[in-house]
Amino acid sequence: MTRHTLSVLVENKPGVLTRVAALFARRAFNIHSLAVGPTEHPDISRITVVVDVDENPLEQVTKQLNKLVNVLKIVELTPQASVQRELLLVKVRADDASRTAVLQVVELFRAHVVDVVPDAVTIEATGGEDKLTALLTALEPYGIREIVQSGAVAIGRGPRSMTDRALERIARSA
Amino acid sequence: MTTQVPHPAPPRPTPAQVRPAPAQHDSATAGEPMSGAAAVVRALEEVGTEVIFGIPGGAVLPVYDPLFDSSMRHILVRHEQGAGHAATGYAAATGKVGVCMATSGPGATNLVTPLADAHMDSVPLVAITGQVAKSMIGTDAFQEADIVGITMPVTKHSFLVTDPAEIPARIAEAFHIASTGRPGPVLVDIAKSAMQTETRFVWPTEPDIPGYRPITKPHIKQVREAARLLATSRKPVLYVGGGVIRADAAAQLRALTDLSGAPVVTTLMARGALPDSHPQHVGMPGMHGAVSAVAALQKADLIVALGARFDDRVTGRLDSFAPNATVVHADIDPAEIGKNRVADVPIVGDLREVLADLATELKREHAQHGLPDLQGWWALLDDLRERYPLGWTPTADGLLAPQHVISRLGELAGPDAIYAAGVGQHQMWAAQFIRYEKPRTWLNSGGLGTMGYSIPAAMGAKVGMPDTEVWAVDGDGCFQMTNQELATCALEDIPIKVALINNSSLGMVRQWQTLFYGERYSNTDLNTGHETRRIPDFVKLAEAYGCVGLRCESSKDVDETIKKAREIDDRPVVVDFTVSRDAMVWPMVAAGVSNDEIQYARDITPDFDRDE
Repeated sequence: MTRHTLSVLVENKPGVLTRVAALFARRAFNIHSLAVGPTEHPDISRITVVVDVDENPLEQVTKQLNKLVNVLKIVELTPQASVQRELLLVKVRADDASRTAVLQVVELFRAHVVDVVPDAVTIEATGGEDKLTALLTALEPYGIREIVQSGAVAIGRGPRSMTDRALERIARSA
Repeated sequence: MTTQVPHPAPPRPTPAQVRPAPAQHDSATAGEPMSGAAAVVRALEEVGTEVIFGIPGGAVLPVYDPLFDSSMRHILVRHEQGAGHAATGYAAATGKVGVCMATSGPGATNLVTPLADAHMDSVPLVAITGQVAKSMIGTDAFQEADIVGITMPVTKHSFLVTDPAEIPARIAEAFHIASTGRPGPVLVDIAKSAMQTETRFVWPTEPDIPGYRPITKPHIKQVREAARLLATSRKPVLYVGGGVIRADAAAQLRALTDLSGAPVVTTLMARGALPDSHPQHVGMPGMHGAVSAVAALQKADLIVALGARFDDRVTGRLDSFAPNATVVHADIDPAEIGKNRVADVPIVGDLREVLADLATELKREHAQHGLPDLQGWWALLDDLRERYPLGWTPTADGLLAPQHVISRLGELAGPDAIYAAGVGQHQMWAAQFIRYEKPRTWLNSGGLGTMGYSIPAAMGAKVGMPDTEVWAVDGDGCFQMTNQELATCALEDIPIKVALINNSSLGMVRQWQTLFYGERYSNTDLNTGHETRRIPDFVKLAEAYGCVGLRCESSKDVDETIKKAREIDDRPVVVDFTVSRDAMVWPMVAAGVSNDEIQYARDITPDFDRDE
């Protein structure tokens, strides 16, 4: 199985996320991560879904997603032709003895400290999965107390916009 | 549209297609004030609804008040499942959208089975359900169920409407989605508060669904490639599925069949798409298909799949299915293409257009390459047809052979009648031994395999086609799941006829127990047949429901009993044919094995290649 990132433009209507998630469950496809958010157009939301799936079932999942009435457009974003980012917040034990070392790791990974208390720091980092995994490995020895991580969001490289044609459709039917 | 007719209005359907109403309604009706409930009724009238099958209840009650004055006929069923299957039978027989209505909670959940059934068999259906008031949603209110959530995987689409102003648009969209592209069921769940609020009725000029654009026009390059393959292959077969019937493409299929000279198989869902009497029709393929039809797929060098979905009941073990065949797969639903079997030539489009284009291109290919030589292929298939015709052995217990009953029914009622089967042995025999000559004369639950489909589906078909003789071919197991709709039939003047193939058991399950479970008949005895306690006695049951009940126990009475049943037209008739429980459905490809291992009868496997 290989990892694929799908960008799905959907109508911003109640229940759409349920439909997308239910479809993955119903067809026995495994979601690795999922992120939903608004776009530049108020009527359109964008779902970035990362799935572990072979080539043939991937085609099937794309076709099934396309059948959902609220789905406007689906694009697969390859790692080469897109920028993919996840957001990580991690709370690490850091007292007077270890704080300097922890901050060095933060510096090294170009992460940020967003909260400090006498015995812990909370670090914010963005990046691809590899970078965030490496950061966590580096922080591990100091004692990780809590991790929260977003699903990946992704955007195609170059000047073209995925939303353009979907927007035309909305405009036509409005 | 709003003519006042005494209720209930007599059903006289016209062949008008149910489509979202054209723009001219718009100016006349713009902004007319009315309640949300009245808007529901008005919207259903606007799309051309003639009949609604349903049951009222608390949350849908507001709609039933304006419905009382509508020209639409409402048929009060006895169980919501009956409403759903009746709407399905109506849609399958007429090609129009079937409409059913139920209240919230249990009313709505009783529709789940028919919705799933219609989804699997691509039936255009709109279900209107009442929902608790908007302010109550999510509070576990009385008779509250999240029916949109529950039915999401078994509907083509669904809407929850809480704003009365949205009612006309959502209903218009529901009918558009249900009836276009690959047809399917659409649920519109409407909060009671929206029904009870005053609004203005604005009918949309056209449905506004940006994410829904079915592709109907096939890609000509793909069609050309399919035509080239069809003109040059030596062992082609047209694998015809239910899509041909849903697309009303039987005439185009006939033209392509005649032109290509290729053998044709019609699946369980496609019986009647090509007349059984057509010389190129080699039978139904699949688990209980004809040997010639199974061989035609299995030995083909080219399969042209038309509105078929390579279901496991057709392919048997997928990895050994038609190993030498190149596959052309035409379907309106892109997701069906390549789902189970890789398509070498995918064609997405409406089958009417696909078949017409394919015929045009095939003529061109014939002009260039000449007609293909299919002699060897036909010799092989004709030999199998001759050596392995469909048939049955006499019963050992002296009771009626069910195949004989069904075969005689088909002969006597003829190809103009509509036959609606339940699920199981009787369904397979009805598919095998009745000769279908026309589309929409064979209704059954193919995909979901819903026991209990037959009686309500026959009821719906009869409502849609009142001048056609409609037979429910049902089993004693299936019949006991939905026979309460006989009350509806008797009271609403829907004189269906029921051929009850009563073998006193869950016959297909019993057959599997005979074959695969060492004749251990665990929980398959129903005690309804010959020399049993006859609980219930189906003749008395029929009479209790105001129907005529007849019983037939000997083969010499079969014709006479069928004739008698056919003469009764003022009431529903139930004929209890007491048949042998040991009769089995043959041929058979056991579940999960290769089609090469088809058994013509128990432990007899034909050799497809004898004459190759």
